[in-house]
This record gives sequence, C-alpha cells and structure tokens, in this order.
Amino acid sequence: MPSTLFDKVWDSHVVRNIKDGPDVFFIDRHFIHEVTSPVAFLSLENRKLKVIFPEKTFATADHNTPTINQHLPVKDPLSAIQLKALESNAKKYGISHWGLGNPKNGIVHIIGPENGITQPGMTIVCGDSHTSTHGAFGAIAFGIGTSEVEMVLSSQCIMQTKPKKMRINVNGKLGKGVTPKDVILYIISKLTAAGATGYFVEYAGDVFRNMSMEGRMTVCNMSIEMGARGGIIAPDEITFNYLNGREKAPKGDAWTKALAYWKTLKTDDDATFDIEHNYNAADIEPMITFGTNPGMGMGITKHIPVGDQGSGKASFEKSLDYMGFHKDDDMLGKKVDYVFIGSCTNGRIEDFRAFASIVKGRKKADNVTVWMVPGSHIVEQQIKDEGILDILTEAGFELRQPGCSACLAMNDDKVPAGKYAVSTSNRNFEGRQGPGARTMLASPLVAAAAAVTGVVTDPREFIKD
Amino acid sequence: MAYDKFTVLKSTAVPMPIENVDTDQIIPARFLKATERKDFGENLFRDWRYNPDNTPKKDFILNNPVYSGKILVGGKNFGSGSSREHAAWAIYDYGFRCVVSSFFADIFKNNSLNIGLLPVQVSAEFLDKIFKAIEADPNAEFEVNLPDQKLIISSTGESESFAINSYKKDNMINGYDDIDYLQAMKNEIQTFSTHSMY
Repeated sequence: MPSTLFDKVWDSHVVRNIKDGPDVFFIDRHFIHEVTSPVAFLSLENRKLKVIFPEKTFATADHNTPTINQHLPVKDPLSAIQLKALESNAKKYGISHWGLGNPKNGIVHIIGPENGITQPGMTIVCGDSHTSTHGAFGAIAFGIGTSEVEMVLSSQCIMQTKPKKMRINVNGKLGKGVTPKDVILYIISKLTAAGATGYFVEYAGDVFRNMSMEGRMTVCNMSIEMGARGGIIAPDEITFNYLNGREKAPKGDAWTKALAYWKTLKTDDDATFDIEHNYNAADIEPMITFGTNPGMGMGITKHIPVGDQGSGKASFEKSLDYMGFHKDDDMLGKKVDYVFIGSCTNGRIEDFRAFASIVKGRKKADNVTVWMVPGSHIVEQQIKDEGILDILTEAGFELRQPGCSACLAMNDDKVPAGKYAVSTSNRNFEGRQGPGARTMLASPLVAAAAAVTGVVTDPREFIKD
Repeated sequence: MAYDKFTVLKSTAVPMPIENVDTDQIIPARFLKATERKDFGENLFRDWRYNPDNTPKKDFILNNPVYSGKILVGGKNFGSGSSREHAAWAIYDYGFRCVVSSFFADIFKNNSLNIGLLPVQVSAEFLDKIFKAIEADPNAEFEVNLPDQKLIISSTGESESFAINSYKKDNMINGYDDIDYLQAMKNEIQTFSTHSMY
C-alpha cells in the first residue's frame, strides 16, 4: 500500500498499539534543557527509576542563560539553580551535557542538527514545542510535556495517538527578498494559528526542494504555530550533504548503510493525505505580523485587515488594542524600538548572512536597540570566520552570546512594556518578549531593514535586482 | 505524578470567552524557573490577573468573586503555543480539575490528560450554551461525567457527549499514569531497541 514519508517513519517506531488508546512510540533522540527537565528528574528519583538509554538523550542549557558575560556566575539565582540542576542530573544519569561555557553549547534546536545528532528517519522529542525544527531532516520531531520527558528518560517511549496527515505544496519561484521565514509566515496567515491542529504536515514542492537546510529548519520550526504536531520534509542530496562529516553523523560503512535507507524516505506517488493545501511562491512577499498570534501576519506592503481573519471579533480587537494598532493601518513606517535577530527559528549562519547583506555599508538607526544572538557557539564562530562580525561592528551592531534570549525573555533580554520589537523569533503572544512588549515577527531581512531605518521597512528597497 | 482520581465532577464554572488563549498567558515564561512542581497556581494568568505592581486587575475574571468553581471554560484553540506542562500544572494547582473548550491545542491536551486535568472538547454551539448559562446565573452548576463521557448543564438538563480514548479514561478514573504502564513493558521496549539503526 502506498504510504507517506510520515507513515513510514511513524509506523517503524510503534512498539505496541493499545486498543482504543495511543501507540507506545519509540524515541530515537531526546533533547533536554534546564527548564522542562528538572521536575521529570525529581519524579524519576522519587520512583527510584533509572534512565534506560542515557546515550540517546542530550542536554544543553539555553532557555534562561544570559547572553553577555557567560564566563561569570549566573546572576539570577533561580536560573542558576536550574542550570546547576541540569548539570547534576546529567552527570548523575550519564547524559551528555553541553552546558554554559561548553564550545558546543547553544539553542537545543540549533546544536542537534549542526552536530549531526539529528538524522533522517529518526523520532526526536524535547520538552519544547519548537522541536518540530528537526523535521527538516525527514525526522518525526515534536515537543512534549514534562511527564513525557520522564517517560522518555525511564522507558525511551511515550504514548502518542497518530495525528492526521496534511501536505502543503508551494510551487514556483520565490521573489526578491522573500525568505523561508516569509514562506512559513504566509502559510500560517492563510491557515490561522489553529489551522493545522491535529495534523502532521509534510512540506513539498519546488520551494522546499530548492531550500537550504537552514531554511527548511526555519519552516519546520514554525509548524507548531499553526497548531501542527510537527512538520517534515523528505531528505535529499541537500540533506545528505549537510550531514556528511558532522560529528555525530554515521561514518564509513555506517554512512553508506544509512544513506541507502534515507533515500527510501519519501512519500510514495499514490499516497494520500487527509488534506492538502497548494500555494504559489509568486504570491508571497516579505511578511510581518501585526497581532498577538503568529497567524496574524500580512505582506509588508499591505494594510492591517479589517475583518477578524477567523480569530473572533473580540479576540481580534483585544489583539490590536494590545499592539496599539488599528484596522486598515499601514505597517510600513511604523516605529520600531527593538530588533531581535536570533532564536531557534532564525539564529543560524544563513540568517546572519542575510542580516549582514542589508546592513553592510549602512548604520544602525539611533532609535533602535538591537540584540543579535547567535544560536550556538558554532554559529558565533562562523560569524567571525566569515567576516560578518566586521560588517556588523562597522554598522554599529554588537554580537551577544548564544541562547534563547529575547524569544521568550526568561533571561534579562526583555523588551520593555509598550515598546515595539521586530523579531526573527516565532511567537508574538502578549508579553512573550517581556511583560507588555509588542512583537512583530519577520525575517532577518525585514529585521535588518528595520534596524537601519528605525521603522518597519520593505527590505526590497535595499536589494539590487 | 500522582493526581486526584476523576469520575464525576459537579461544580460551577469560570467563563473565559477568549480565543487562542496561549500557554504564555496561562503561565508566562519568567515563572518557569522552578525545579519542583510548587506554587504554579499563584502565577496562573499572571499578566492578565495582576498589574505590574502586583495589585489584582479588577476586570479579570479570576479576580471577580462572583465566579468560582473547578471548571474553566475557554474559547476556541485553548492552550496553543509552548509545550510547557507548567500551563496545565498552573490550572490544576489553582484548583481547576476540568477545562472546557470547543478546540484544544494538541500538546496542551496531552499534558492535561497526563496530569489529571480533564480537557473536555464540545461543539461551538454547546460551548455557547455553557457561556450563556453562566451569564444567566454565575452559580449555574455543571456536571462533568467521565464514565458516561457527558457534560451536563444542570439547570437546563442539556448535555453533550465528549470523546476520550478508553486507555486515558481508565487512567483518569483510577489515577494511574503512563509511567507504570511503560515500566511494565520494559522487556518489550529493550527488544524493540535492538532493531533500531539509531
């Protein structure tokens, strides 16, 4: 029977199917961080349980780490306790730990792929909803809660009901200044923040086939923002070339064997999905959000919608009120106080290259505070090695140290109440970047254009044909 | 994690007719810094519930003494966003045992079931009837009957069935969690793992 890529990976990981219940689902790789793991370890200890396969779990500190002076003791006492707990739990149970100061430290969804831990055909979970990022490699990857973190630690399995299947096809050629971030913001704006709830999404079509791994990760990362359990893209030569030679990727005969299997990981021609959506690449322009969920996005040259886009009138008005915006407003020209480039969505080398391509030879606008936070130390090093840091410094920007930073503002990187931020992260929820902060989600190019002009600006103005 | 068994819950309800209530509203990230599950109820809906100076916001529903009960009724797409189980903990620790909505985000729903907080999904029409019943009488009582899989508006007798798989239903009724089940099949898992290429 013809099957989808998702079916192939899912079905090969079902240990047991419970009648009128979930599947007992085997997990190949488990990432943990300081925030959602301590209670799981505590419970493990109370039940006197062991970690069944410590070599399949990887720990990193990212959510509440500072992004300056990482060599100094962490000032916030609660954050310091969580970081310490992660370190001691990892040590106690024999789990690999890339903590603060480790040269491989960084955001969990950046370091997994860049070190070759993430591979096609795997099942990958983490107590973080943006685990969907890893689907870019043809893996089934999704976020779990702390109870499930405990399940994976103690049994390498979780209980999951198989989601329905959706395919999103985007064909054609992307226009000037249109990035993977714009593609996913466009899709979410069409489907709404709940439009893919209950589904696992396969992204297919020319646009994804021609996309770099970094871009695919940006797309899959935000699958959760339309409610999807996860997103997946069939692995191909771009995937294999990315992985080849990375530290944890298979080597020698193991590579040859893995490659033969990975090449079978694609949706059969006759396979069917519960639902399919088709979009044209040419219809997508640089995007920006105007509201308080990621579905409230629009082309940057458009006006804020007059209708409620299906989110309910009261919720729509509450959202605009929070943002201090009005129906039918232009987004172009709106004042920007903060710019954040980073996060598991756009904290990779390609994102910094894109940002630098706009700011090169220009200067940071005086009214804007800019936080540039690489996704990992490896990304940070690449920024230096490629000469990007020189371009940024020349334009008046400073590079910070890796971490989740202002994406969720658990550390000191908080946007003050009432201030406007153009952010390359993934969520524009009320208070997400700090209590009262107002977030506009956008691509690194839009962020760069805002950083040099101080207002919402179409980046295409700065790109030569 | 041990939790209260759930069979039949009769209670008044707190209405929150807002759509897309995300987990950052339920519990903002800055309150996730604990290493044990303690006091999360205090920060439930923190920024909707309190002013920056920590005084209660008078117009927020949880600060209105007219409304109380163990059932929280939310708008469509409740619990979207982050996978933080802390959101379900905060609702449970505050004293709710059941959340009703016409649509739940997947991870929130899973997390709730795993900690003994019953997510009850009803039709948009029935959700509207619930809101109207509370509007007519804040002391309106509801019955959430898990064995029968029914939600009943006591004053009118109207009811609607809700779905839950029988595995999770048994867990909630008996206060079991998945860890016990998984531990009991450890040999099967060990054997399965030997066939994995990863």
